[in-house]
Amino acid sequence: MTDVTHFEGAHGPKPRRVFSRRNIFLYGTLIMVALYYVLPLYVMIVTSLKGMPEIRMGNIFAPPVDITFEPWVKAWSQACTGLNCDGLSRGFWNSVQITVPSVIVSILIASVNGYALANWRFKGADVFFTILIFGAFIPYQIMLYPMVILLREMGIYGTLWGLVMVHSIFGMPILTLLFRNYFTSLPEELFKAARVDGAGFWGIYFQIMLPMSLPIFVVAMILQVTGIWNDFLFGVVYTKPDIYPMTVQLNNIVNSVQGVKEYNVNMAATILTGLVPLVIYFVSGRLFVRGIAAGAVKG
Amino acid sequence: MKSIATLLAATALTATSAQAVDLEVTHWWTSGGEAAAVAEFAKAFTERTDHTWVDGAIAGSGGTARPIMISRITGGDPMGATQFNHGRQAEELVEAGLMLDLTDVAEAEGWTDIVFPSSLLDSCTIDGRIYCVPVNIHSWQWIWLSNDAFAKIDTPVPTNWDEFVAAGPKLREAGIVPLAMGNQAWQTAGAFDVLSIAIAGVDAWRKVVVEKDGAAAAGAEYAKVFKAAADARALRAGSNVQDWNLATNMVITGKAGGQIMGDWAQGEFAVAEKVAGTDYTCLPGLGVNEVISTGGDAFYFPKNGDPAVEAAQKELASVMLSKEVQVAFNLKKGSLPVRGDVDLSTANDCMQKGLAILAKGNILPSGDQSLSPDTQGQIEDLMTEFWANDSITAEDAQERYADIIANAD
Amino acid sequence: MATGATKPFGLFRNMTAKIAAIPMILTALVVFAGGTIWTVVHSFTGSKLLPKLNWVGLDQYERLWNSNRWIVSIENLLIFGVFSLIFSLVIGFTLAALLDQKIRFENTFRTIILYPFAMSFIVTGLVWQWLLNPEFGIQSIVRDLGWTGFDFDPLYNQDIVIYGVLIAALWQGTGLIMVLMLAGMRGIDQDIWKASRVDGIPAWKTYLFIIIPMMRPVFITTLVIIASGIVKVFDLVVAQTSGGPGIASEVPAKYVYDSMFLRQNLGQGFAASTMMLLAVVIIIIPWAYLEFGGKKRD
Repeated sequence: MTDVTHFEGAHGPKPRRVFSRRNIFLYGTLIMVALYYVLPLYVMIVTSLKGMPEIRMGNIFAPPVDITFEPWVKAWSQACTGLNCDGLSRGFWNSVQITVPSVIVSILIASVNGYALANWRFKGADVFFTILIFGAFIPYQIMLYPMVILLREMGIYGTLWGLVMVHSIFGMPILTLLFRNYFTSLPEELFKAARVDGAGFWGIYFQIMLPMSLPIFVVAMILQVTGIWNDFLFGVVYTKPDIYPMTVQLNNIVNSVQGVKEYNVNMAATILTGLVPLVIYFVSGRLFVRGIAAGAVKG
Repeated sequence: MKSIATLLAATALTATSAQAVDLEVTHWWTSGGEAAAVAEFAKAFTERTDHTWVDGAIAGSGGTARPIMISRITGGDPMGATQFNHGRQAEELVEAGLMLDLTDVAEAEGWTDIVFPSSLLDSCTIDGRIYCVPVNIHSWQWIWLSNDAFAKIDTPVPTNWDEFVAAGPKLREAGIVPLAMGNQAWQTAGAFDVLSIAIAGVDAWRKVVVEKDGAAAAGAEYAKVFKAAADARALRAGSNVQDWNLATNMVITGKAGGQIMGDWAQGEFAVAEKVAGTDYTCLPGLGVNEVISTGGDAFYFPKNGDPAVEAAQKELASVMLSKEVQVAFNLKKGSLPVRGDVDLSTANDCMQKGLAILAKGNILPSGDQSLSPDTQGQIEDLMTEFWANDSITAEDAQERYADIIANAD
Repeated sequence: MATGATKPFGLFRNMTAKIAAIPMILTALVVFAGGTIWTVVHSFTGSKLLPKLNWVGLDQYERLWNSNRWIVSIENLLIFGVFSLIFSLVIGFTLAALLDQKIRFENTFRTIILYPFAMSFIVTGLVWQWLLNPEFGIQSIVRDLGWTGFDFDPLYNQDIVIYGVLIAALWQGTGLIMVLMLAGMRGIDQDIWKASRVDGIPAWKTYLFIIIPMMRPVFITTLVIIASGIVKVFDLVVAQTSGGPGIASEVPAKYVYDSMFLRQNLGQGFAASTMMLLAVVIIIIPWAYLEFGGKKRD
């Protein structure tokens, strides 16, 4: 078992020479691709640093002549939402308060679901799972009113925990599928060996499955942090103004129907809102390692 | 003072009618001028009563606000007040008994006498009871012309639609888009409505939109309307913008000759520091039929079991309709007040034109008040197709239009 | 594959699994099955602003299938769906395989490709609106470079507007697919690589004939994520084209939303969503048979 703790990163033949044909092709392709992905971000950043007169001139690719950080300041702390002129900062902590428990609860439930479905299949499990997958395809909008009734009957309408429950429910199909399929692709011998050693449901989950599945937990986290942090509809329908998430302000800044559109502030607000998931992507990337090390299977 | 009042509201459980309340108000007025207008309401409410205005602004108009409203009300946790377009949109909520009856306030203050034109109050009235407070009048029937654009082609600024159409080719030659129009459905459908009132006349329009007479919609008067719409479609070619304010901006900068748009467009001219009469010209009713529709915004008050909240809701209703608040609010909003007995001498050239038409009584109910949102949606679908696709002839479009009207509910 | 406790350990061990699965069972039955039945039932009513049980028979469906806009929406969804599925899978897998080559700056490249996923649709739509605008976007840049005949204005051309939406959708979504694939690759036993290297099999062959079949579960996950995203595509269209020009880029989910909340015709929205859900059932049931019917082998 010595290798179990030895996580390896990527594989493939080790790079030999820096300018081998293979490397030129590889990095060349990646850089080209990266350009396609970065271009819109470039436009956003450049726009967010321009004043409105400069934007009206119309060249979206031109770097700013007069760099101004005013749009950023405005987006964060001055833009008005109706009568409250304190920008995105108003909803930031609400968003944190909504996202943290929602992400944890939804991933916990779904990973246990996936584990039970993959390794402890019971009668009827397939039926529930199929319904769940079907649920992934239901447009959220049509579930709005039935959910209101459900939350009302449970007495948690308008509360933070009601919203956490809604996020857990709507995240469940994809996440459960994600975990179930990942766990089924793990070598069965691992599970069998642990069973022989007398480990139970939770024992195997925490000691074997969890440590071996870091990449898939990262994917689940990416999915949930992004989805919940960027959610507007549920946040606004199932809570009250005092716990409205940041996206309500973002929507108010970006989506005001009338008046002059301040594109620079819109862009700054969007990048600011996107920063949190972005940081999560980058930081959690360290966990993106090979889960099963050689030798682990044979014990 | 206020914090003590709030504290009282929070601690006291037994309700008395004089109690201070935090009243949450939902609305979708989030742009600069709009927010300033709402602030007038909030200020007046907080100053004149013991209660507090809790602002629940959500950008994005009805499509966003409606699910929120319905959810909050059916979830048993309604807001104190909510903005809505008056007319048929909230009908069902009233019928389901979810809205507060304001009749007693209305009678005590004599709303039937002060609200002008009275059609505004009619659309708040269901079975003789009053359920909403109209707060302003917005009218669609305007065309905004760029004086610069017409100076460039050495043509006097048109005074009516026909002159405008005649100037089209010359504008085009000078590299100016004759008619600016955003691509969104409500804009094209709205422009069509304006054309139909101006060209078919009020009587034909009333037959179609109010009485839902399919034969009239298929008739000769409306054939002229569809022909004019086809003209307008040709004039707008080259106006590749989505938002209405970007279209307005084309007029402001002289890149376009004109735009058919409601009176909220004035706000854009004001922000750009343009002066009515010298920089731009406005023609109500396209200069053909000087009639304006009386759409606008209203506030509804969802029913709340708490008598203290109910009392506060009624106080807010009365504040919104009071003279000073009407003036302060509407000057900021750029709309017309809902009562005729206030002084608006500070209003600009175009607003004065609107006020004069109102005073003459040349008004009609807006489509909001007579067609259901569903029918309007069908018309919007048709209009989006028609305006975007030159291969749909005026005759085809008219036939489909008549069909929708004949089947309207 | 792992049938776990069903055979030797019997009911007692399974109890824990069953208890642990209670949230899932409730969600499946109450929310998804319950909500679907509720939707189907209300699709036969004339509900307007509030859900009501005033029956109108098949009226909503008749109107739905007579609506030009609905037909266009379905056609768009099919085109968008097929291309989006193929491109997402191919691009996602290729990028993951490239990143899996022990490259430097893997974390940076991965984050760059993934970041669009974090951007809200509202602004994604706006930025792509700009980039694809013929007057100041990509077209004008290429023309300035000397290729004056270059035409690229998908958002203003009814025939190709849906491809304009596709470009933005791929930009936004392929990063996630790439990450999923990468996670799948990292879950594959290291020994496989060692063995194939010893046998002298080239890397691309190993990917194509050994790794992909082993990643079948990950591919299924990915497929469901992409497909459900396609069915539900809505925000991006609203932000980028509002369904235009004309009705050329309308999609079914937008039809549902507009009917329900803009036009206050819940019944029509429910009828449209019932049709969408029916299509999903037609695809999912055979899949479930394949997936679970073949399970009995061990």
